[in-house]
Amino acid sequence: MKLKPVAYLERGEFPLEEGEALRLYRAMRRARFFDEKAVTLQRQGRLGVYPPFMGQEAAQVGVALALGEGDFVVPSYRESALLLAKGLPIHVLLLYWRAHPAGWGFPQGFRGVNPYIPIATQIPQAVGLALAGRYRGEDWVVAVSIGDGGTSEGDFHEGLNFAAVFSAPVVFLVQNNGYAISVPRSRQMRVDYIARRAEGYGMPGVVVDGNDAFAVYLEAKKAVERARRGEGPTLLEALTYRLAPHTTSDDPSRYRTREEEEAWRKKDPILRLRKALEERGLWDEERERGLLEELEEEFQRELALADQAPEPRPEEIVEHVYKEMGPDQRRAHEALRRGLHVEEAW
Amino acid sequence: MVRERTRVLNLVQAINEALDLALARDERVLVFGEDVGRLGGVFRVTEGLQAKHGESRVFDTPLAESGILGLAIGLAMGGMRPVAEIQFAGFLYPALDQILSHLGRWRHRSRGRVGLPVVVRAPYGGGVHTPEQHADSPEAFLCHTPGVKVVIPASPERAKGLLLSAIEDEDPVFFLEAIKLYRGARAEVPEGYYTLPLGKARVVREGKAATLIGYGGMVEVMLEAAEVAQREGVEVTVVDLETLVPLDEDTLLEAVRATGRAIVVYEAMRTGGFGAEIAARIAEGAIDHLQAPVLRVAGYDAPYPPFSAIEHLYRPNARRVLAALRKVLTY
Repeated sequence: MKLKPVAYLERGEFPLEEGEALRLYRAMRRARFFDEKAVTLQRQGRLGVYPPFMGQEAAQVGVALALGEGDFVVPSYRESALLLAKGLPIHVLLLYWRAHPAGWGFPQGFRGVNPYIPIATQIPQAVGLALAGRYRGEDWVVAVSIGDGGTSEGDFHEGLNFAAVFSAPVVFLVQNNGYAISVPRSRQMRVDYIARRAEGYGMPGVVVDGNDAFAVYLEAKKAVERARRGEGPTLLEALTYRLAPHTTSDDPSRYRTREEEEAWRKKDPILRLRKALEERGLWDEERERGLLEELEEEFQRELALADQAPEPRPEEIVEHVYKEMGPDQRRAHEALRRGLHVEEAW
Repeated sequence: MVRERTRVLNLVQAINEALDLALARDERVLVFGEDVGRLGGVFRVTEGLQAKHGESRVFDTPLAESGILGLAIGLAMGGMRPVAEIQFAGFLYPALDQILSHLGRWRHRSRGRVGLPVVVRAPYGGGVHTPEQHADSPEAFLCHTPGVKVVIPASPERAKGLLLSAIEDEDPVFFLEAIKLYRGARAEVPEGYYTLPLGKARVVREGKAATLIGYGGMVEVMLEAAEVAQREGVEVTVVDLETLVPLDEDTLLEAVRATGRAIVVYEAMRTGGFGAEIAARIAEGAIDHLQAPVLRVAGYDAPYPPFSAIEHLYRPNARRVLAALRKVLTY
């Protein structure tokens, strides 16, 4: 069977209502703004190692905005845009990437969890979370995301198989950005499209142009609706590219060519959508400037909030390991609280 | 505590009864794993539960341990209380990433927002001539994982109450069941719902000569050794740790201080086994009371032998415990 990526923008099609299209654009622009600021903060030593998502905004924002308020996102580490678009406050995300305890327990009621560092392990968990909704008589859908490299992991297979068998309301988003750090897709798998694998699990597989916000958003909406109707999971593969390094510690010039990066830069999902909006008279330079000012203000406000978070207490090391501290945590807690090493307090 | 009527049950029946009661009491409780539904489990621990509580509460999963643990984690995140069965503890290995990276960490990495009240049941240990991998005792891996609790009952009566506590617990609990005890151990088990506290060791026998410390399938081995020793006029204390994490160090150290000699008995590989931790705790907390080195009676530093004819040499037995006892008494 031939799979063809769903795409609208490159053909000049505009399948959305204007308000929806603008909402997508603003959320993508806001995500990019965050990403650029985060990299700068890392360079200034005000953020820890950070994995940029630049170039993948359409894939993440497209899926986040296709979800309802009660739905969950279960992200990988490169998915700050997914969290932001789902409504996680910027200062919480900054604190998360600062490895500050106050950023490690998202606000009560936020329907999303901390990014996952181990690869693909979140996939079967997302299936469990989706099924929990069914047991509780709620119709929440779970969107779980992963990169192309992650699809080589066993947990990807186990999770998709479980989801299909239990007909779980899950949308699997694979952001195929072509690389697992430095290993290209061709060394990762010998199939043309990852979405092709869906058939092997017994679920629909869809490929979209991942730099086309319309395509991602509309296909994600279909998948969410399908899941909510009780018809089970969908595998959505978004073909995209990370324009930035794997993390702020990575040097992509060792494994990618400048030409390749330039070619993808031309397909920047934000520029593409902006062009489409401008062609319909929905956007212009002035509105862009206004939006950027708005974003700068919001970011500064949120950064100030993050900066106000108090220094972690030493004894936080052993807090929240268990609901009630066991004797070993209690002993260590007391020592740390008193400014002692645990060996001294023994 | 007033105990109602009791009946004599084996470990399989006692655990089945606990699961049945938990399913009836709390609709958030789910029992799942490989073969637990229609078949009732390869050891029949879950027999009859699916017929009684329905296919959505007691269900078979695809054969995938990491998937089972991942599913349990997600269900718990969503407010359920999953009780997952891993068919043999030696099959936990494919799921170690889920256990180490997530099950034990979520409360901590969410700063208390997401607790995972998951119970993972798994049969462990040797003595019944199982095939390769089926007799492993992987409790040390689990005990080395912050955020999980590890419980290993030694009798049907204890197992029932401890399992119900594990299911009520807000943190993930590994509940390891010694295969040798499934049908081998029989005891008076109270009817109805009762819980026994996690994190408490129990002194099952008292004597002045030495303290034997163990858990699960090794408790009956220690008791057998204690009986033989008694016939020779040597009275020993036997401590059943019951919960390995959190460890009841107070009961352990008190028992060792009273006798001055300690032997730790465990059927896992010797090096880095949980018995090594016990020996270290005794060295840290009771060195002044020791009259002999702490000895370990454990498996060998080799995989558990799948060869029936020599299996009994790997798994500690009363004779080996008695040999160690002679050594500490004559030190």
